[in-house]
Amino acid sequence: MDIIIASLLTIITAATPLLYASIGEMITEKSGVLNLGVEGMMLMGAVCGFAVIHFTGSETLAILAGLSAGMGMAAIFAMLVLGFQSSQVATGLALTIFGIGLSALLGQDLVGIAYDGLPKIAIPFLSDIPVAGLLLFHHDVMVYGSVIIVILSAWFLNKTRAGLILRAVGNSHDAAHAIGYPVIRIRFMAILFGGAMSGLAGAYLSLAYSPLWIENMSAGRGWIALALVVFATWRPWRVMAGAYLFGGITILQLHLQAQGVGVPAQVMSMLPYLATILVLVLISRNQSKIKLNAPACIGKPFQPTS
Amino acid sequence: MTRSFPGVLANDKISFTIAPGEIHALLGENGAGKSTLVKMIYGILKPDAGEIRWNGEVVDIPNPAYARSLGIAMVFQHFSLFDSLSVLENIVLGIDSRDTSNLRSQIAEISERYGLSLDPDRHVYTLSVGERQRIEIIRCLLQNPKLLVMDEPTSVLTPQEVEKLFQTLQRLAQEGLSILYISHKLNEIKTLCQRATILREGRVVDAVKIESETVSSLASKMMGKELVESASSTVSTTGDVRMRIDNLSLPAKDEFGIPLREISMEVRAGEILGIAGVAGNGQDELLEAISGELLSNRPEDISISGKHCGQMNPNQRRMLGLASIPEERLGHGSVPGMSLEENGLLTAFMRLGLLSQGFIKTEACKEFTRKVIQRFEVKATDVKSPAVSLSGGNLQKFIVGREITQSPELLVVSQPTWGVDAGATQIIREGLRDMARKGAAVVVISQDLDELVQISDRLGAICGGAVSQFYPTESLSIEEIGLLMAGAKLDLENQNVA
Repeated sequence: MDIIIASLLTIITAATPLLYASIGEMITEKSGVLNLGVEGMMLMGAVCGFAVIHFTGSETLAILAGLSAGMGMAAIFAMLVLGFQSSQVATGLALTIFGIGLSALLGQDLVGIAYDGLPKIAIPFLSDIPVAGLLLFHHDVMVYGSVIIVILSAWFLNKTRAGLILRAVGNSHDAAHAIGYPVIRIRFMAILFGGAMSGLAGAYLSLAYSPLWIENMSAGRGWIALALVVFATWRPWRVMAGAYLFGGITILQLHLQAQGVGVPAQVMSMLPYLATILVLVLISRNQSKIKLNAPACIGKPFQPTS
Repeated sequence: MTRSFPGVLANDKISFTIAPGEIHALLGENGAGKSTLVKMIYGILKPDAGEIRWNGEVVDIPNPAYARSLGIAMVFQHFSLFDSLSVLENIVLGIDSRDTSNLRSQIAEISERYGLSLDPDRHVYTLSVGERQRIEIIRCLLQNPKLLVMDEPTSVLTPQEVEKLFQTLQRLAQEGLSILYISHKLNEIKTLCQRATILREGRVVDAVKIESETVSSLASKMMGKELVESASSTVSTTGDVRMRIDNLSLPAKDEFGIPLREISMEVRAGEILGIAGVAGNGQDELLEAISGELLSNRPEDISISGKHCGQMNPNQRRMLGLASIPEERLGHGSVPGMSLEENGLLTAFMRLGLLSQGFIKTEACKEFTRKVIQRFEVKATDVKSPAVSLSGGNLQKFIVGREITQSPELLVVSQPTWGVDAGATQIIREGLRDMARKGAAVVVISQDLDELVQISDRLGAICGGAVSQFYPTESLSIEEIGLLMAGAKLDLENQNVA
């Protein structure tokens, strides 16, 4: 029983960074911008978060540092893509490469330093429920935060006027401009939000998931987050399901490997990717639903003069 | 209300006034500066100089939201709608009021009052163009505007829909709404408007009362020269069947596409066959099925000059004598970033033998391109100019010219003069008619009824992916064509061409 609870807990920690990064990217893409720099923004969030916890010891400041680092990277991206009309794909790739390099440089002296990890917060009363209490109400602040973010973004996108405007801008920037919405400003905000979330995802990696800093520690999670957004057809709850599925199978295959199952380790490591893609493809077979949710303007540069 | 505008590049010292309850026409050809002018009125563009007076007071309109707050509403030529959102969401986006609680009942009320029926929960991509326009109009009316600006509202409607729209507009005007009606369709302006401001090359050339004008006097003022009605096509002696389509059905490409349903038709050498229809009724699919971009299921579905070619690719069909001109100029009819010379090569290389052992015969290619530019009066600096640098009308002249110069036996063209100015239109139509006279078969798919009536020998319509029967053009009235476009069957005795 304890083993099961322990693995379920690790599933949650494995899913949380993906959840942050893909919710952020989903909002960015809903506004019609494709930011391939998630990986780079995550790494910057990770290194900055870890540096701040190391030098100040304040968790709050560390989380804020991760968030701002991601946002800063996103601001660079937004300036190039919105201001100078550069290609979103090329700029995003460059942002990733830049982030990998810069984070390695900044983190040189941080390698090999250990940190205890974010403290767990037990929610009074609720955490006393047997099994479920430990599973659901005994986490660090960032896990709670990730769930709140999902709820908020689902509410924002579907229930608020601002969310409707965001979807409209992603659906047809020309029409939105003609009606009089500030397309560039809305996209700028969406990109910044995406960056902030990627920064948080990175900070979670270096503060909670494996509390230390090593070069390139996001190990491709930024790319998985990007894929999750598409396979989840730009819907927050599906993004969450995908993130937890991925986290779940990652942990499961680790346990299976530890048990010494007679399958090559490489095949086992592939499992989370394969399973996530498979399940999300299966649940998103309805083409018309995809067309309804996909931002039609994604990746297209917008020139406001016309 | 008075407003005046001096000088933006496209608008040179334009002044006009519009009174409450008046339907005022803004008349001019494409590129005369109409759209620029209304964009300034609606706050999308800023004037360099000049002023707008609203109810006698000078106002500065920095953005559309402010224009709306003044009471200026606008229905766009290319609708400002969001395909994947619902009708209700689209309406919410277009109004500034944050209180949307009783919006449904307001929409229902306006729909009923002006006969604009709409289901607020449908998604826009499932609606016809006429229905989409209703969304825009309702969206405008919800804000109780004082001035409604309509930019070419009828270019995509059937004659019946146009009539309905006019009734709505007249009713609105009686209630005191000012309407600024932008169009280059003279008949409409004659029936609907009281006064007109005529623009040419960014200037006001005249301001007239409609009742004292005739359609042709308006036309000559708009174009700056007498309108030469080119002689309607002499009844050409039609020859052999060049293309036969036999019971062609194709499933829709995707969710947004239109399936083709049991299309049968034939076109003979020496005639121009017109296919009318409202946008999005299968025109693109039909053109692609004929050109070979979409393959049909059976080879015998389509035959060109007697050869079954339903499963041949576009180049094989070109070798049978086909040339095709799609509706979209940039990206479909031409590669925007490539030079005219290269664009010429792309469709002409087989029929004109512009390749030799896989190498391009550059001289022959240049020669061909120059010929096209010269014959069709394309305004381009050089054969090396990229396609995207040409204006719409010039590029269209080039594309039509490129196909005609290859002297195909069969030409299929969609929207030959869409968004093209009057001069270029005349050149293109003349080129098409000339081809038919020389014995080629021409199929013209168009939404412009005037054009079809003017150039085609036989006329039919496409609706929901099915093509009607074809009738001699002279035998059809505009109402009958409208019925065909709406998918109705005509009850004409023995009118069907033998």
